[in-house]
Amino acid sequence: MENLVQIAIQNVNLWAVMPSLILCCFGMGLLMINVFLPRGTTRHSVWISMIGLVVTALFVAKGWGNPQYGFNDAVAMDNFAAFFSITFLVAAGLTILMSDEYLHREGYPVNEYYPLILFTTAGAMWMASGTDLLTIFLGLEVLSVCLYVLAGFFRGQVRSNEAGLKYFLLGCFSTGFLLYGIALIYGATGSIKLAEIGIFLNAHGSLLGNPMTLGGLGLLSIGFLFKIAIAPFHMWTPDVYEGAPTTITAFMSAGPKAAAFAAFIRILEYGFFSLKPEWTAMLWGLAVLTMVIGNVIAISQTNIKRMLAYSSIAHAGYALVGMVAANEIGYSGVLFYLLAYAFMNIGAFAVLVLAGKKGEDNLTLEGFSGFGYKRPFLGVAMAIFLFALMGLPPTAGFAGKFYIFAGAIEAGYIWLAIIGVLNSAISLYYYLRVMVYMYFRDPVEDYAWVGMPVSVVVSIVIAIAGCLYLGIVPGFVMELAKLAIF
Amino acid sequence: MTDHLLSMMTFLPLVGMLIVLFLPREADRLIKSVTLIVTLLVFLISLPLAFSNAFLNSSAMHFTEFAEWISVGKYFKMNYHVGVDGISLWLVMLTTFIMPITVLSTWHAVEKNTKGFMALLLLLQTGMLGAFISLDLFLFYIFWELMLIPMYFLIGIWGGKNRIYAAVKFFIYTAVGSLLMLVAIIYVYYHALQSGMPFESGFGIAHFYQMDIPVQAQMWLFAAFAFSFAIKVPMFPVHTWLPDAHTEAPTAGSVILAAILLKMGTYGYVRFAIPLFPVATMKFTPLLATLAVIGIIYGALVAMVQDDVKKLVAYSSVSHLGFVMLGIFAMNLQGMAGGMLQMINHGISTGALFLIVGFIYERRHTRLIADFGGLSKVMPVFATIFLIVTFSSIGLPGTNGFVGEFLVLIGAFESGLRWYTVFATTGVILAAVYMLWMFQRVMMGKVTNPANENLKDLSAREVVVMLPLLVFIFWIGFYPNVLFDKMNPSLENLIEQVKGKQQIALMAEQQADAVTLLTVNE
Repeated sequence: MENLVQIAIQNVNLWAVMPSLILCCFGMGLLMINVFLPRGTTRHSVWISMIGLVVTALFVAKGWGNPQYGFNDAVAMDNFAAFFSITFLVAAGLTILMSDEYLHREGYPVNEYYPLILFTTAGAMWMASGTDLLTIFLGLEVLSVCLYVLAGFFRGQVRSNEAGLKYFLLGCFSTGFLLYGIALIYGATGSIKLAEIGIFLNAHGSLLGNPMTLGGLGLLSIGFLFKIAIAPFHMWTPDVYEGAPTTITAFMSAGPKAAAFAAFIRILEYGFFSLKPEWTAMLWGLAVLTMVIGNVIAISQTNIKRMLAYSSIAHAGYALVGMVAANEIGYSGVLFYLLAYAFMNIGAFAVLVLAGKKGEDNLTLEGFSGFGYKRPFLGVAMAIFLFALMGLPPTAGFAGKFYIFAGAIEAGYIWLAIIGVLNSAISLYYYLRVMVYMYFRDPVEDYAWVGMPVSVVVSIVIAIAGCLYLGIVPGFVMELAKLAIF
Repeated sequence: MTDHLLSMMTFLPLVGMLIVLFLPREADRLIKSVTLIVTLLVFLISLPLAFSNAFLNSSAMHFTEFAEWISVGKYFKMNYHVGVDGISLWLVMLTTFIMPITVLSTWHAVEKNTKGFMALLLLLQTGMLGAFISLDLFLFYIFWELMLIPMYFLIGIWGGKNRIYAAVKFFIYTAVGSLLMLVAIIYVYYHALQSGMPFESGFGIAHFYQMDIPVQAQMWLFAAFAFSFAIKVPMFPVHTWLPDAHTEAPTAGSVILAAILLKMGTYGYVRFAIPLFPVATMKFTPLLATLAVIGIIYGALVAMVQDDVKKLVAYSSVSHLGFVMLGIFAMNLQGMAGGMLQMINHGISTGALFLIVGFIYERRHTRLIADFGGLSKVMPVFATIFLIVTFSSIGLPGTNGFVGEFLVLIGAFESGLRWYTVFATTGVILAAVYMLWMFQRVMMGKVTNPANENLKDLSAREVVVMLPLLVFIFWIGFYPNVLFDKMNPSLENLIEQVKGKQQIALMAEQQADAVTLLTVNE
C-alpha cells in the first residue's frame, strides 16, 4: 500500500497539465466572483476569460518543444497536444469575444456561460494530451457535459432545448459505445495505456484472430466518429447546430470537433498502428461518404446556419482524408486544417451573429439579400470566410486543403484526392449562393440591425487575419504542424 | 530597378486596389482617374520588356526573380519564381496594353458602385499578370484561381439580366477544371521528388520539364491539365459558359475576358501541358485537333445565326480560339508562331469588337441586330473603325488577323494535321460570312429605325480608346516580324524539346513492338 502511494506521487508532474489547470482555475474563480455580483453584469466575465485563455496560451507556447509527461504516463503535454491546445484556445477566444452582445440580445446574460466554455476547452486539452484511454474519456466527458448545457443554454427557446436534449441523449449513447469499446480493448490487451496496447497488438497480431479487439476498435471508433460527426453518425449535427446558440454552434464546429480528432489520431497512431491497413480502409469509405453527404445535403439548405452545419460535416470529411493518408504530411495537414477551419468557420458564424436579429429568424438566404451593400465590412468579411471555406487561394482554406490532399497523394490515395476536390467543387455551389444573395440581389427589406459591438468586430478581424495569414504565408504554421507530429 | 520589374508590374495594381478602396465612395471621377493612372503606370513599367533585345536570340527566361516563399521541412517547398520568355512576353504586353483601354472605356458605362468595379479590375490585373509570369506551378495555380474571384463579381454585379446564372456558371466551370489540375500538380510534384529532383527547386517548372514521366501517368496528368485549360480556352464541348458570360458581362468584363482570360487556356497548353507531358500530347493531338476544328466550324455556324451582336462576337471567339489550338498542336514553328500571334490578334480584334458593341449599347441600350441598320450614315467615324476591326477579325490581308490565320493554316497543313486544315479553312470563309453579314445589317442600308436617326458619333474619348488598337491591327498586319523575332527562339526551343522526347517515345514503342513480334514468331 505504501509503495503504491509513493509511485503515484513520484509520477505526478503538474507541468503536464499546467495549462489546463490554469484554465480551470480561471473558470472556477469566475464562478466564485459571479456569486457576489448582480445578475446581468457580464462584461468582466469576458475580460477574465480572455485573460485566462491568453495566460493558458502562453503556458502552452512555453512548453513547445519541451514535452512533459505525468500521472504515470497518462498525460503527455507534447507538441501534438500543444498545437491542438492552441486550436482550442483560438476557438474559445473567438467565441467568447462574439458572445457578450449576443447573450444580452437574446435575453440570457448569464455569467455561467463563460466558465462553461473554459471547462470545455480544458476538457478538449485533456483529450488532446491523454495517452491512456481513461484520461481521454475523462476529457471527453468534461467537454461533453459542458457542451450539453451550452447547447441548451437558451432554456426559453424550444429550438435550443431540442438541441440540448438531442445532443445529450445521442451523446450519452455514443459515450456508451466508447466506454464499451474501452472495456473490450482492456479485456483483449490487458491495458488502457495506448503505448502498451500498441506493443501488445504489434506482438499478437491481427483483428481477425481476436474478435474482442475488432469489437473494441469498432465501438471506440463509433464513439469518436459520432463526436466528429462523420457520416453515418452525423444525424444529430444539423438539428443541434441549428438549435444551439449561434456562438456555441461556432465553437462546437471548431473546438470540440478538433479535440475528438486529436484523441482519435493519437489512439489510432499510438495504440493501433499495427492495424493501420484495416482502419485506413474503414476511414477511406467514411471520408468519401461524409464528404458526399455533407456537401450534397448542404446544397438544399435555405437557412445559412443549417447550411454551415452540413458544410462542417463535409469539412470533417476533408480532414479525415488526412487521417486516411496516415503519413506525416497527412497528419500535420489535419492539424493545420483544423486550425485554419477554426478561423474561417467561427468567422463566418460571427458574421451570422451580427446579421441575425432576436430569435434568429434572419438567417435565411433571402434575409441576406443585398447584405454586402447594407453592411460593406461584414459583407467583405463574409466573402473572405466563404472563399476560405471553398478552399480558394489565397486563403487558409486553400492552404489547408492543399496540405491534406498533398498528404493523400503522397500516400498514393489519388482517387481519394480526386473525390475530395470534386466535393470541393460541389461545395462551391452553395457557398457561392450566399455570395449571390449578398452581392447580386437588391436588399428586400430593412432589418432592425443590431449595432457593431467592438468585441465582435475584433473577433471578426482576428478571424480575417488568421484566414489571410495562414493562406498567404502559411510556411511558419505549417512547419509547427509538422513538428507537432510524433 | 529592372531587378524587380516583373514584381512591380504585377503588384502595382494590387497597391492601386488598396488605394482605391480607401477613396471616398462618391468620388467617382477620382476613382476612375486613379485606376487609369495605375494601369498606365503598369504599362509604362512593362515597356522595357517589349524593347528588350534579350529575347532576340535567347530562349531562356529573362527578368527573373526568385525568393523563397513556403518551405515545410521535407514535405514541400514553394518559391516565388517569375520570369518572362518569348512565349509569355507578348501576352504580358497585351495585358498591360489592354487594361488602360478597358478602364477608359468604362468612363461613362459604369455608374453603379464604381469603387468596387475599379478595385476588382485592378485585382484581376494582378492575377492575370501573375499567371503569365509564374515559373512555379504552385504560384501559377494561386494566380490562376485569383483571377476567378474578381471576374465572378464583375459579371455578377455589373452584368446584364441573366448575370447571376452566367456568373455562377463561369465560376463553377472554371473551378472544377482547375481543381482537377491541382491534383495533377501535386502528383507531378511528388513524382518529381521521387525521381530525384532536388527539394530546393520546389514546384519550379524548369525541373519538371526535364522529367520523364511514364506514359500511362502522362496520359492522366495531361488529361487533367488539358481539361482545365480547355474549359478556359474554351474548346468545344466545354465552351458553353462562354456565350453566357460574355453576353451578360459588362463591356469591360467582356473585353478582358476575350482579350486576356481566354489566352490563359491556350497559354497553359504551350507553357505547361505540352512541355510537361510531350508523349501524351502526341497521343492526344488527334482528339484535340478534332475538337479545335469542330470548334472553328461550330462556333462560326452558331455565330452566323445570332440575333444579338454581342453573342455573335462571343461565338466568333470559340471559332478563333479553335485556330489558335490548331496552330499550337501543329507542333511546328509556323503553326506555333501563328497560334501565338493569333492569341495577340484575337485579344486586339475581339477586344475592339466588344468595345464597339459597348459603344452602341451605351447609345441604344440594345444589342439586337434587328434594331439597327444604316448606322454608317449617322456615325461615319464609328463605321470606319468598325469596318477596320471587322476586316481584322475576318483576317483580311493587311490586317493582323491575316498573318496569324495564314501561318496557322500553313503550319497545320505541313504537319500531320493536313486533313484537319482542309476543314478548318472553311472557318475562314464562314468568318467572312457572319461578320460581313452582321456589318451589313447593322451599318449599311437605310436608317429604318427612327431611334437610330440621331445617334451621336464617337466622342474624342472613344476614338482615343480605339486608336491604339487600330494602330496595332495595321502594324501587325504589315510588319509582324517585331513580334516573331522575339518569340521564335523560345518557340523553337520548345518544339525541339517536345519533338525530341516524342521521338524517343516513338522509338521505344517501335522497339517494344518489334520485341513482341519476335516473341510471337518464336
